[in-house]
Amino acid sequence: MQTTTLMGGFVNAPLDSARAFRQIMTAVAQPGIINDAVGATPPAPLSVAAGVVLLTLCDPDTPVFLTAEFDTDDVRAWITFHTGAPLVDAAKASFAVGSWGDLPITDFAIGTSEYPDRSATLIVEVASLNPEGAELRGPGIKGKATLSLPETAAFQQNTALFPLGLDFVFTCQNRLAALPRTTKVNAIKVS
Amino acid sequence: MTDYNFAYLDEQTKRMIRRAILKGLAIPGYQVPFASREMPMPYGWGTGGVQVSAAVLTPDDTFKVIDQGADDTTNAVSIRRFFEKTAGVAVTEATVDASVIQTRHRIPEQDLRSDQILVYQVPIPEPLRFLEPSEVETRKMHSLEEYGLMHVKLYEDISQHGAIATAYAYPVKVEGRYVMDPSPIPKFDNPKLNMAGIQLFGAGREQRIYAVPPYTDVVSLDFDDYPFEASKADHACDLCGAEDSYLDELIVDDAGGRMFMCSDTDYCAGRRKAGCIGAQGVPYQEDVA
Amino acid sequence: MYVAVKGGEKAIDNAHAWLAEERRGDTSIAELSVSQIREQLALAVNRVMAEGSLYDPDLAALAIKQSRGDLIEAIFLIRAYRTTLPRFGGSNPVDTEQMICDRRVSATFKDAPGGQVLGPTFDYTHRLLDFKLAADGEVPQAPSAEIAQADTPHIMSFLDRENLIQTEPEGPETPPDLTRSPLELPATRSLRLQALTRGDEGFILGMAYSTQRGYARNHAFVAELRIGAVSVEMDIPELGFAIDIGEITLTECETVNQFKGSKTEPPQFTRGYGLVFGMTERKAISMALVDRALRWKELGEDNVGAPAQDEEFVLYHADNIQATGFLEHIKLPHYVDFQSELELIRKLRRAAMGEQEAVE
Ligand SMILES: [Zn+2]
Repeated sequence: MQTTTLMGGFVNAPLDSARAFRQIMTAVAQPGIINDAVGATPPAPLSVAAGVVLLTLCDPDTPVFLTAEFDTDDVRAWITFHTGAPLVDAAKASFAVGSWGDLPITDFAIGTSEYPDRSATLIVEVASLNPEGAELRGPGIKGKATLSLPETAAFQQNTALFPLGLDFVFTCQNRLAALPRTTKVNAIKVS
Repeated sequence: MTDYNFAYLDEQTKRMIRRAILKGLAIPGYQVPFASREMPMPYGWGTGGVQVSAAVLTPDDTFKVIDQGADDTTNAVSIRRFFEKTAGVAVTEATVDASVIQTRHRIPEQDLRSDQILVYQVPIPEPLRFLEPSEVETRKMHSLEEYGLMHVKLYEDISQHGAIATAYAYPVKVEGRYVMDPSPIPKFDNPKLNMAGIQLFGAGREQRIYAVPPYTDVVSLDFDDYPFEASKADHACDLCGAEDSYLDELIVDDAGGRMFMCSDTDYCAGRRKAGCIGAQGVPYQEDVA
Repeated sequence: MYVAVKGGEKAIDNAHAWLAEERRGDTSIAELSVSQIREQLALAVNRVMAEGSLYDPDLAALAIKQSRGDLIEAIFLIRAYRTTLPRFGGSNPVDTEQMICDRRVSATFKDAPGGQVLGPTFDYTHRLLDFKLAADGEVPQAPSAEIAQADTPHIMSFLDRENLIQTEPEGPETPPDLTRSPLELPATRSLRLQALTRGDEGFILGMAYSTQRGYARNHAFVAELRIGAVSVEMDIPELGFAIDIGEITLTECETVNQFKGSKTEPPQFTRGYGLVFGMTERKAISMALVDRALRWKELGEDNVGAPAQDEEFVLYHADNIQATGFLEHIKLPHYVDFQSELELIRKLRRAAMGEQEAVE
């Protein structure tokens, strides 16, 4: 086992994960806001924020899918060592990590009509994360918010599945934002 | 309590609850099943709220607990002490100073901000339970958005009593989809469910967590000709004179004499501190206990 | 003039101090030791272990002492402690065929390999208060025999050879854990059995009794009741084999139930099963009867609408910790909901009186 595998977890798991969860939860509760996510130093190409989300939410009960870009020995070993999460195909995953274009979004569980919560949460690594871009409306948003999104059509289709659907966390370096299935997304016309 | 983990629960349990909370926020009003743990306090006494608070609290939080709107009711005291001991959090009775508020049966009078979290203790999370005792059936009804039974019940009330005979735990529809039990808050509090704060609901014995994100559309069920009405006792608070707060009724003498006072003790104290005096009130003194 | 009532914190502290004093009782009487409870109130200890889902006689005895003999309170203490314990893994299924039986009776065969062993039972005691015990509980040593080395095969296996009993295919899957995942319906049989074995003895007994009185009668005979010690083994992946991690006492009851056959099943005997920690035979027999009643669907029987056939009813109400918590919570303040009801009733009455006056 390489030393990189053993390193980079939370220094104080109970406290670090409590603080990280608050950042994740408020981001999910208020789509559009961008929060810090710090405390983990995962191996590249995982961002700090993606590492924090994995450490905070994943364990042996949550199968994780990695796109080819993230499916490296280092990343696999790090996730296995720090969370115990099994690494699986997209269809079986509770969580997934990948860049937007690589995530097979039609393969993930979207829940069932009796259990819409049995759906995957995708951790989408993005190159930039800004409070400008697509227009967001829905629960958690007073009026409207804006957020840089990799596209809009896929999120509109996802919202149309409500109450089924996927939920997204966007991670960029040490920051994150979230887009639950309830958020209605509209592209802003470039003026 | 150094033998126990931060906020009592082990990390795996907190992760499981945290995941349920996130799915709850993503599907407002839908009851997420979770593997409720046996807590060192009885089921029915706030174990769901306690588990949600344990999963949400950080060491930087300031925690407030109310039961019936009051900070000094025994069960509120007991839960506040539990988290003082196990999470080392700061505690407060002031609504404005609290970052996390656990409540049983009330929403504070003071409007909450978007950086505040309100955790409800829920006894029976299923709004259809008293119409249909079977969980298998009610789950099906939610999945099909089949809420006719609820409307029939409310309508029967009107035809029998001339009004909807539900005074607390008054059902709401969240974001136009799920019918939700707001916990046994008086219907006076229902309009406050549309708020800036994050609302999390925990039912320990029934193993359900649900949530309402800020600025979510929450509508109390009603009919065009019998619109929902948030009612309270037709009195002012006898201590602080407030006319806009929910009131407790006290029996004050053997002849059955009554007085009314704010159920939200912090709200009442705040008003009295600011110089408001009700019909039977006295000027505010810090040390009156 | 009115000053608001305060003092919740002080009241709680004082109540706890008084409770501790009451628990100790008259200090001129010697204090009970945990080992006395463990040894001399062993059946109470067994019940607390069974319904607490934790096999630890010393902790169960401590809980009984702390709870002043309130067994449901003791079970609660054990359950709350149990949830904080780390989980190292699952054991292999215990092999009750290898049980060293203290007691083994069959109501269906007069004799069978392994024999009938009456064991330390109340069955044929005359329930006469023994006033000698009040003065002196010392007893002469009971006669003893060598531990039987031969296997004690299950009585059911003899019926099995003739294909007279419904076969129970071995499930390869790891049973779900009721304490780690929320109850989901319909439940599998293994989940139902878990709920029954930790369910309230009184509730399970009442349910079982109701089947005997005709509410989903299933004609049960105790094919075999056995009580004794079994060893618990656990696979250690690093070693590549299972090691013995301890010994526990269990009560196992298999009932054989008459069955005329159904649309899907031929006429044959069917089974009900009970397995409970400790010497707990009333519970194990009850469990087997309720298990059998709950199996109507898989055996293609009619649902006659009896309470014991209703899986949701039985599983949601068998747990005494859930039940007692919720039942007792109604003594907590409900000023707010009561006040809202008060207003509503006053309003409805005003409306009703107004109508009446208008009529008069
Ligand atoms: Zn007042």
